[in-house]
Amino acid sequence: MAKGEIRYLTPPTVNVKKKKYCRFKKSGIKYIDYKDAEFLKKFLNEQGKILPRRITGTSLKYQRKVAQAVKRARHLALLPYVTDMMK
Amino acid sequence: MLNHYEAVFILTPVLSDTQMKEAVDKFKAVITDNGGTITNEENWGMRKLAYPIQKKSTGFYALLQFDVKPSVIATLETQFRRDERVLRFLTFRLDKYAYEYAEKRKHNLKAQSKGESETKQEKEVDNNKKQED
Repeated sequence: MAKGEIRYLTPPTVNVKKKKYCRFKKSGIKYIDYKDAEFLKKFLNEQGKILPRRITGTSLKYQRKVAQAVKRARHLALLPYVTDMMK
Repeated sequence: MLNHYEAVFILTPVLSDTQMKEAVDKFKAVITDNGGTITNEENWGMRKLAYPIQKKSTGFYALLQFDVKPSVIATLETQFRRDERVLRFLTFRLDKYAYEYAEKRKHNLKAQSKGESETKQEKEVDNNKKQED
């Protein structure tokens, strides 16, 4: 075996990217409820920040609505503005 | 022109149950006195706040859904601001999709309170949500 060459027992899964999709477009959700804090938590990181589109895959139209809903929920103390270890 | 609205407000936890009802009734009266109709009312009860407001860590949440003229919202909001019992409030105009959602929610809640006769629909919603993950 050549030096420095790594052999895997199972072939490594690189370049098998899963295509991201907008969950709202896919399941036909038209309105994002600001009262459903548990649902909105899917779009936040553990510090309570809104996750970017490039991670969640949400389309721009619904990302704006998610952001608005999260901000409303924060105002009503359903979600924290700042936190640590939310999940 | 009547619009659909929704108002969520948080009352201080120091009030007794009757005082809570009184406060909610007060805001309901503001709406009905100005020619509005209340279509849904929810009391979420005592809830922990995500962060302290006015040094209080819990609050009593109430939701009103109503149809009213846009001009009345200003008076309602001044009432919210003036009232010391209200920690936070949010009034929200329901657009077409939000109204559909609110009606569905109302229906589901009714079904639940009737004795879980129609939880099927809710399960469907839950399943949809799970699929999204």
